[in-house]
Amino acid sequence: MNSFWALVRRDLRLAVREGGAIGTALGFFLIVVSLMPLGLGPDLNLLARIAAGILWIALLLAALLSLNRIFEADYEDGTLDVLATGHLPLELVATAKSLAHWLTTGIPLALLAPVLGILLNLDLPSYPILVGTTLVGTPAVSFLGAIGAALTVKARRGGLLLALVVLPLYVPTLIFGISAVSAAAGPAGMGAAFLILAAISLAAVVLGPIAAAAALRIQLQ
Amino acid sequence: MDLGPHAAFIWISYAAVAVVVAGLIGWLLLDGRKQAAALEALEKRGIKRRSSASAE
Amino acid sequence: MQTLTQQLANPTRFMDLSARVLPWVAGIAAALIVYGLYLSFFDSPADYQQGETVRIMYIHVPCAWLSMMVYGLIAVSSFGLLVFRHPLADVSAKAAAPIGAAFTFLALLTGSLWGKPMWGTYWVWDARLTSVLILFFLYLGLIALRAAFEDESAGAKLTAVLALVGVTILPIIKFSVNWWNTLHQPSTDFTATVDPSMRWPLLVMALGFTLLFFAMHLKAMRNEVLRRRVKAMRTQAVAGRDRLATQPAE
Repeated sequence: MNSFWALVRRDLRLAVREGGAIGTALGFFLIVVSLMPLGLGPDLNLLARIAAGILWIALLLAALLSLNRIFEADYEDGTLDVLATGHLPLELVATAKSLAHWLTTGIPLALLAPVLGILLNLDLPSYPILVGTTLVGTPAVSFLGAIGAALTVKARRGGLLLALVVLPLYVPTLIFGISAVSAAAGPAGMGAAFLILAAISLAAVVLGPIAAAAALRIQLQ
Repeated sequence: MDLGPHAAFIWISYAAVAVVVAGLIGWLLLDGRKQAAALEALEKRGIKRRSSASAE
Repeated sequence: MQTLTQQLANPTRFMDLSARVLPWVAGIAAALIVYGLYLSFFDSPADYQQGETVRIMYIHVPCAWLSMMVYGLIAVSSFGLLVFRHPLADVSAKAAAPIGAAFTFLALLTGSLWGKPMWGTYWVWDARLTSVLILFFLYLGLIALRAAFEDESAGAKLTAVLALVGVTILPIIKFSVNWWNTLHQPSTDFTATVDPSMRWPLLVMALGFTLLFFAMHLKAMRNEVLRRRVKAMRTQAVAGRDRLATQPAE
């Protein structure tokens, strides 16, 4: 397990060192959320009603931007070949890199969301729920996104292709993420949607790296 | 035949399916002919496929 | 005695068999569709609620059924490629994708045209149409991913991985879309219950369309087998150019 955590720490260090990528994702998140009222009108009641949806969609788009980073640099300089032949199974390599992505991009985006909620007049009780759902849902974003990143690491025009491939995979996370926030205010509470969201994230954490590793193996031959 | 006030929707639906299916079939037939022609041209030049060469 | 898939593993064998089978499949498909069209227009009643526009159902449902069946076929082919290394598995998957995408598009189009007289708008975010829309995106992803690789073998295997990921997540997507739909539209049920008098024409059309797909799929697979032969021979021609120039053709 030492190699696993060493890989995670290495990826964290690299991400912190090059800082720019995380900043870009957060900046993109901010800009997209800011564009929404410009496009939809400043009616605070309307914005409050759709705030959770806007925040989740903008979060997904911002995460999309950062996904190709997961494997690209290591693929290009040959590190991925070394990792593939090392004693850490490629599935765990994918897990480590997805985890690092969640820690460096998923969590920051999730934590920025309530701040941006201010711009959208998100109502006060929704704040902790929003944070809860985004923190629970972003592992799915990172681990499912890693599948797309692995599939397109060698492809031409990988970035756009990555978006096309990954967005359908995000639909359940999006639906249950928003559903949990809007249900929390209602009579039934957010329990069911939240649990399903957690289940999806869990499944993504377990199964995502298997698909990602398979995709990497095909391209490393 | 009276298909009611929304007859246009019915006709357009069936027409769209017919057009797309016909288009697909047309593409498949043309593509098939193109590949067969290319194959024939290559075989005339005396190039053998590996499997037929080893079968001899 | 070999199983059918084992027998079909040999491309030459497949070409022989498909050449003999194809005219029959196409012929029966055409007959069924003609019969189905007759039934749809002349031998089935108008719906008491929707009037004549219910007849769109007779092509919409077969298209929607095909959009899902073909994706399942692609998933099975992908499994065959990755797990069994079946030689024709990739040919099957590659041939099926554009045809499946076309029928998915038709399902959306006919669904939209059916919806306008029924619900008043060209598009409605109901559970079924939304699921088909996402399925369309999955098809586009498959086609785009394969096109992005010059190395055909890598493209084939990666597309297979994507197809299996897609088929795994498809039930979850449908579940989530249903959930989302009941959240926002608790009362309306857009599913038209099919009257028994309409079931027979529907069945005939569905069967006819299914055979039509298989005829097109076989033809597309044949084309793809030919395309790969052409490519292999061209590679040989380039490689052996010196040989051909210096030795007489056999």
